[in-house]
Amino acid sequence: MATWHEYLRDEGRPPAWPYQIQFGQEQLIETDVLVIGGGISGCWAAIAAARQGVRVALVEKGDVKRSGSGGPGCDHWCNAPANPLSRVDPDEWAVHMADRTYCNGIGLQIQNREDFDTLLEMEQMGGKIRDTEDEFLGAEGRDDETKFMISPRYGTIHSYLPDPHMGEPGFNPPEKRNNVVIRVWGNTFKPVLKKECKRLGVQVFDRVMGTSLLNENGKQGARVIGATGLNGRTGEFLIFRAKAVILATAGAGSMWLMSMEHGGYSNMHSRNINGDGSVMAWKAGAELTMMESTGVVGIATGLKHKWYTGAGDASYENVPLVDAKGRRLPYPIQGWEDAGAMVPAPGTQEKVREAIMRGEYELPFYGDWPAMAEVERRATWNLMLTEESTTRIMIKTMNEAGFDINKDLQLSYKFIEGNSLPQWGSGGSGGLVVDWNLKTTVDGLYAVGTQMFCPEDHSYAAATGRYGGRKAAASVKDAGEFELNRDQIEAEKKRIFAPTGRDRGIEWKELHNGLSRAMQYFVSEYKTETLLKMGLEEIERLEAEAVPQLIAHDPHKLMRSIEDLSMMEYAKVIIHASLARKSSNPRMGFNRIDYPEYNQEEWEKFLTIKLVDDKVETGYLPPRYWGDMKQQYEAYNKDYTGVYAPGN
Amino acid sequence: MSEQNVFALPNIPTPSTPVSFNPDKCTGCNNCVETCPIDVFIPNPKKGSPPIILHAEECWYCGCCVDDCPTPGACNFNWPLPLKPRWKNKETGEVRQV
Repeated sequence: MATWHEYLRDEGRPPAWPYQIQFGQEQLIETDVLVIGGGISGCWAAIAAARQGVRVALVEKGDVKRSGSGGPGCDHWCNAPANPLSRVDPDEWAVHMADRTYCNGIGLQIQNREDFDTLLEMEQMGGKIRDTEDEFLGAEGRDDETKFMISPRYGTIHSYLPDPHMGEPGFNPPEKRNNVVIRVWGNTFKPVLKKECKRLGVQVFDRVMGTSLLNENGKQGARVIGATGLNGRTGEFLIFRAKAVILATAGAGSMWLMSMEHGGYSNMHSRNINGDGSVMAWKAGAELTMMESTGVVGIATGLKHKWYTGAGDASYENVPLVDAKGRRLPYPIQGWEDAGAMVPAPGTQEKVREAIMRGEYELPFYGDWPAMAEVERRATWNLMLTEESTTRIMIKTMNEAGFDINKDLQLSYKFIEGNSLPQWGSGGSGGLVVDWNLKTTVDGLYAVGTQMFCPEDHSYAAATGRYGGRKAAASVKDAGEFELNRDQIEAEKKRIFAPTGRDRGIEWKELHNGLSRAMQYFVSEYKTETLLKMGLEEIERLEAEAVPQLIAHDPHKLMRSIEDLSMMEYAKVIIHASLARKSSNPRMGFNRIDYPEYNQEEWEKFLTIKLVDDKVETGYLPPRYWGDMKQQYEAYNKDYTGVYAPGN
Repeated sequence: MSEQNVFALPNIPTPSTPVSFNPDKCTGCNNCVETCPIDVFIPNPKKGSPPIILHAEECWYCGCCVDDCPTPGACNFNWPLPLKPRWKNKETGEVRQV
């Protein structure tokens, strides 16, 4: 017996709900710093705050031990230019990385300055960051003294800003590598982060989703003084009273995805991310930006293959590609040959396509593992791919099934799977506007990691979480007296538990599908004012007609139902922002048919959006509103003490 | 077979079995129930028995339940059919799949 259906067959009845049902029962928690989201950034925020000696509560929808997109692992600690082997200056490298129109200079500066300290703290807690067993002696980038495994794929020009010669053989000789990125054993990270939270006395609330923020006097835009939560196993309603709140959730992952049967395996990020944090902040009056940008899920759709593709197929990682006859293809292999080219040089893909059509290359393509040097083969398969994330289980099961990197060619899905369909869209780089304290535009409310606009990778989440936790903790001494507003709490309680009080209606999956259809038709890569307004009307119709019928029979389905409501709100913010940007921009995945001109200088700015008295207001921020990155960082961090000293 | 009850049931969500349990090895410790960030499983009402897969289609195939299982072989990963990787032996050309 393993599945529900088998249980039913064997027992003649379904299993009873295994947890005590407590729909609407209240628990009040008093704390100094509340962190919502227990992924990488949330854990680091909680730890950093607790180390300042304040009371911390951490709310997590899953279980902190393995939750979040970084729960299963992480193989590259991406921006640690302060490490002793680095060939670049952290401040200069941060400016170099931020030398593009849409990015977050504040977060990048924090990452570049503090990422290596953060990594050393990871090691203090028990995370593995060095090749201590000498497993990969002789591998490119391995430093025999420190035993760091420097990633050899990155040159001194960042891969965001590709050099036209990138990808050519010999382009990335050792002396031109930046030595900024460190390969790590990230599967060890998340459990020790949870352990450290516990050691420091952080109150961890697993299986609780944050549902709303509480403002002083219940007024939108006023200081945030707490939050509400829902336990997805029991239905308990949690009320947090806090002097500062840190949001550490992520964007909305599946708004365009029609089939919730594919909701889990169609996302490179955790299934649990649904934009809850951004929507909470939005309703509380905080300002968001980049919400009109959208991406396309090109590498994680269940109808295709599973991210991370490097494990499921050979199309993305170090392995050289050959055609069906064994002829080497001109793709870069992300390593010592090509200066970190993750994608082919411009034109290569088209040349390969033409050669296929002429019969010069034969499909399918394969990853030629045996052609790699022995130690690189092992370092790629056993370190990079095994530690990367959800790839770990793939590597394990492929090994068990007899796949042998020394003998086998791994099928690549390049070309044979076709191009990504536009409906496999994803939220782009939208997130909360922050200042140099990582405070949002609302007092008492902070944002870290993927909760900020234009977020980056795992180590960015770690470094910004650690920074935001420190800043939020420092703010609590000025909190003064405040009281929660009962009317605001009651209104939220009514909203959340409405689906439990109905006998019949629409379940969360169907509501999600309704939203997906609206997004696919009206918020696609073909945007016009007419279409966007139709999308808004469609969602408002769903709110008026379907939401009052939303039904949830147990706390888990209630949680998914509330996520739908978050995604609908998130979708509306995307549409409002898209209506307000009257210019096209390919870097944002943003095409307005009615405003087709690309890259107009007057539109090279952040479009901001927020609610004021429940009315949508848009505004602008200049592209580099954060000022001089080095100067600003230093002005705000005179008291920074570096790596944590255990025992403090 | 003929003795089994036949119920009228809706279709089973797909994919339905992201992991399988070996009842001879699984101790019913529910470590996987607590590790899973999604609540794919619920504890079995029968103590000591493998958990029940309740929300199979929500699984994001992170594999942590299997990786962190304290009893090797008790909890095993199942690739969904459309995602199974393929490979071939470079020398012999023999094609294999998980």
